[in-house]
Amino acid sequence: MFSMLNIHREVCGYCGACVSVCPEGALELIDAYLSVSDVCVNCGICARVCPLGALEVVHEE
Amino acid sequence: MKSEYDVLVVGGGPGGATAAKAAVEAGLSACIIEKRPAIGTPVRCAEGVGEELLAEFIDPDPRWIAAKIDGARIIAPDGGELNLSPEMAGNEVGYVLDRKIFDRELVWQAAVAGADVFVKARATDAIVEDGVVRGAVVEYMGGRKEVRAKVTVAADGVESKFARWCGMDTAVPMAELETCAQYLMTGIDIDPSLTVFYLGNEVAPEGYVWVFPKGERRANVGIGISGKKSGKGHRARDYLETFVRRHFPDGKVIELIVGGVSVCRPLACTVADGLIVIGDAARLSDPITGGGIYNAMYTGNLAGKVAADCIRGGDVSREALMVYDRTWRESPMGKAIERNYKIKEFFITLDDEKLNTLINSAKNIEMDKFSTLTLVRELIQHNPRMLLELQALKKSLG
Repeated sequence: MFSMLNIHREVCGYCGACVSVCPEGALELIDAYLSVSDVCVNCGICARVCPLGALEVVHEE
Repeated sequence: MKSEYDVLVVGGGPGGATAAKAAVEAGLSACIIEKRPAIGTPVRCAEGVGEELLAEFIDPDPRWIAAKIDGARIIAPDGGELNLSPEMAGNEVGYVLDRKIFDRELVWQAAVAGADVFVKARATDAIVEDGVVRGAVVEYMGGRKEVRAKVTVAADGVESKFARWCGMDTAVPMAELETCAQYLMTGIDIDPSLTVFYLGNEVAPEGYVWVFPKGERRANVGIGISGKKSGKGHRARDYLETFVRRHFPDGKVIELIVGGVSVCRPLACTVADGLIVIGDAARLSDPITGGGIYNAMYTGNLAGKVAADCIRGGDVSREALMVYDRTWRESPMGKAIERNYKIKEFFITLDDEKLNTLINSAKNIEMDKFSTLTLVRELIQHNPRMLLELQALKKSLG
């Protein structure tokens, strides 16, 4: 199975709450643009804490 | 942008601006880099700050004071009210700021004092040589350049990456990240001199709702909840919508503000060779209130001074910079963070029934001067059924 972190950019408020909880340091807020690097392990912590619901770990067969 | 400074400050918030100002006033060269194109925006803050504390660093100015606050009211889950005078309410009453103006003023003052400032200039990595931090790689105007510094100050806020690039673990535990949403509202019936806090697991699980006035009929109405209570369909924004529909159905929202506030303990160590970490980046926001403006300015000022002493002494090693770490931990600010962390740990264990009991019993407590220990001692007397847990709290506070 394949997992990845989806960023809904139209929902994101680029606040950086997700960056602070990322255990891998995979997220970075570049002004108004959230970037995710390949060290992301799809743990989903960022998706839980996002105040707006802009992050989602999706699983595909 | 020069390629070398005595002090490079990563981040142009209140902490970074105060650090740069302190550094140049001590005779150093300093540079602030801010990744955003403007100082002070977007706002990530409820904007409350203590009047006396702020006066340590800047003279009050009506241009950035949106409201002067005379007291605070805490609303229990059952609707019971506890009114606190300014002395009792602690450091988070005093002013509600206009951070867009305030932050700009602070950076302005740092610039006038002699600091260089660059906006839309972003650190993309730390320069680390033989384990010593020697500045940052900075992305600016489409290019990347190395900016070297004897001391680098990480003032990059809750979304801090700089200290992490230098090898520190700065990740905030999910349960200790308050995820927040706030509306700047107009056309609402409020007392413009009173901050109001709503507690309860239905209103704001492991957090609170705040109403911070910004003048007549306008206020920051916001909420923070623990990251572990957040999820699909019950996020900070969802709770805020519910609250606003119930309390201010006719109000208008003219700004949406979101953000995260750490309520964990500060970083285990806030210095490294050539590096000082300040403010929210060092996880120095208050674990109860979430307030961080003063803490950032206090540690920023201290960082600038310690950097100057160490540079002058020719030693910017971790050992030399540890003066910074020790000083803030032993300061009233450091002690308040430690004490409030323990109180927060106690409060998040309370269900609504116990919150009601405590808040309603506190109404009857007379205190000339606020003291946490006096309050806890009185609460024990008023609440014999909560004796064990309150005694445990008292013991943890020493």
